[in-house]
Amino acid sequence: MNRGTYAIRRVLLLFPTLLAIYTLTFFLIHSTPGGPWSQGGKPVPPLVLERLNEAYGLNDPVWKQYTDYLMNALQGDFGPSLAQRGRSVSEIIGETFPVSLKLGLVSMVIALTVGITLGTLGALKHNSALDYFTSFVAIIGISTPSYVVVSLLVLILASELHLLPTGGWDGIASTKIIIPAIALALYPAAVLARYTRSSLLDVLSADYIRTARAKGLRERPVVMRHAIRNALLPVLTVSGIILADIITGSFFVETVYSVPGLGRYFVSSISERDYPVILGTVLLFGAVISIMNLIVDLLYPLLDPRIAQR
Amino acid sequence: MAVASTSTTSRLKGWEIDHDAKVDSFWASGYRQFRKNRLAVLSMWFIVLITAIAVVVPYLLPQTYAEQDLTVSLQTPSLAHPMGTDALGRDLMTRLIFGARVSLTVGIVVQLVILLIGVPAGLLAGYLGGKMDMVIMRIVDVLYAMPNLLFVILIMTFLRGNFSESPSGLTKVLADFDGKTGGLVGVYIGLGLVSWLTIARIVRGNTLSLMEKEFIEAARGLGASHGEIMRKHLLPNTIAPIVVAATLGIPGAILYEAGISFLGLGVIPPMPSWGLMISEAIPQMRSQPYMLIFPAVALSLTVLAFNFLGDGLRDALDPWMKR
Repeated sequence: MNRGTYAIRRVLLLFPTLLAIYTLTFFLIHSTPGGPWSQGGKPVPPLVLERLNEAYGLNDPVWKQYTDYLMNALQGDFGPSLAQRGRSVSEIIGETFPVSLKLGLVSMVIALTVGITLGTLGALKHNSALDYFTSFVAIIGISTPSYVVVSLLVLILASELHLLPTGGWDGIASTKIIIPAIALALYPAAVLARYTRSSLLDVLSADYIRTARAKGLRERPVVMRHAIRNALLPVLTVSGIILADIITGSFFVETVYSVPGLGRYFVSSISERDYPVILGTVLLFGAVISIMNLIVDLLYPLLDPRIAQR
Repeated sequence: MAVASTSTTSRLKGWEIDHDAKVDSFWASGYRQFRKNRLAVLSMWFIVLITAIAVVVPYLLPQTYAEQDLTVSLQTPSLAHPMGTDALGRDLMTRLIFGARVSLTVGIVVQLVILLIGVPAGLLAGYLGGKMDMVIMRIVDVLYAMPNLLFVILIMTFLRGNFSESPSGLTKVLADFDGKTGGLVGVYIGLGLVSWLTIARIVRGNTLSLMEKEFIEAARGLGASHGEIMRKHLLPNTIAPIVVAATLGIPGAILYEAGISFLGLGVIPPMPSWGLMISEAIPQMRSQPYMLIFPAVALSLTVLAFNFLGDGLRDALDPWMKR
């Protein structure tokens, strides 16, 4: 099968995948006892309950709710939010998603630059003090959860030293983005550093590098032109996972730092059983991750012609 | 010469085999290699230590983790409360130790679930090949696209909801068990369900390369059934990467549990969890930093220890991995 057919098959696979995610989530949510109205603590009188359910279509048979929601969702209408009456889910997502997106992108950039650079340096100066130091920092980065990092950063930088604000969001260009972006980027940067380092080490001991050196090339072009390009391939595979990490990481970082993003809103909607928001967010995240994985899969044969020939 | 020489160089000619030479078995040489890695060995002892503490100490402690004494709330570390107390007057050290129990149990149980699902899946996919392989890999792809945390939270909420609404039969058994573990059965199942994918992939890859070897053909030629081949020939040869992957998977599970407990969607209070303790500590971060530091350090050290241990195991069993 050539590259074109493979690509088309992968793209087509996207839809059943998303459908499966939707079905799974829908089933799980609707099988959970305790609807959205009982979360407030105050019991709701049965008549009011009935009218609310009626108004929001929650009395319809399950299969009808399933298809109705799907039909609407495909047209971009995710329904009204149950917790925030009077606002539609798309409205809320429209407000919160761009915030998370910006934060996520900034973190991604930080993670990529810092991670790959440190990993490369570690591999190049193998077994030196710098190598051990970066490896150590990387492993700590992998072991420390993002909410601990956020808390510690806020405690030290904001509360004690008063260098940075303690919470909130002011767009990309403000100081309020610094702490959450770093906290969100630490884990992916650590993962990237480790992967880059081991991948580059493998590449540097390969035969074709020996050939390049034997040909008399100076070290710098050898590294830059041959080694790094090949070492970056596994990094590409990892970047799909990185994206998922940044998305899930945002749940915590946004909650602790009070960033008005989709992550924080998603967390609260789960405890409030706000079905439309939950479903809409799951579909959105699922779509983003699937598309990202798709892009990675499609890029791979481009970067490594050997794979395309399989 | 009167010296009785048993050295190889004098006894044998260049082409002869020294039958008395000691050759290490695979596990023995791996063990020796592992011992050289001081960090890994240290981590191993650390884990043994906290496991011992988590198992034994709760039986010795006077206070339980739920005992509230509002007269001593928010105290800094003292003799009576070596790590201080929280806002409800509960002893933090007790809670920390019970939290260790929770974390360790999550780490191990989830890995067991993962192994139970992932190893057979990988073996079947690699061994049977063809359609079965495609089906299993498709399932892997679909689950892969789903954000893990989400899925785990949904499963937990689902299970917990069903447990609290007059359960019966199997559900009741699970519900009781759930109560004892602090509401974490959902985590065990949920996390297991999303994380078996990597193990399955690894096992499948190994199986595929093993299938090319002659001894599998030989076994089949001698009449071994499918089950026998998988159990006696394929499985023992893939154990090493399974052990490494399982060990390295434990920190992930621990962090997950801490994460959802932090969000309040995990363990059911008053059962403590390091993640929950961290979230409780944040509002008083400035005035009582120790409330945050103890569980955060405990969590990080445990996760670090498992990471080092897994890395050490991987380096020690390395020649196996290269296959």
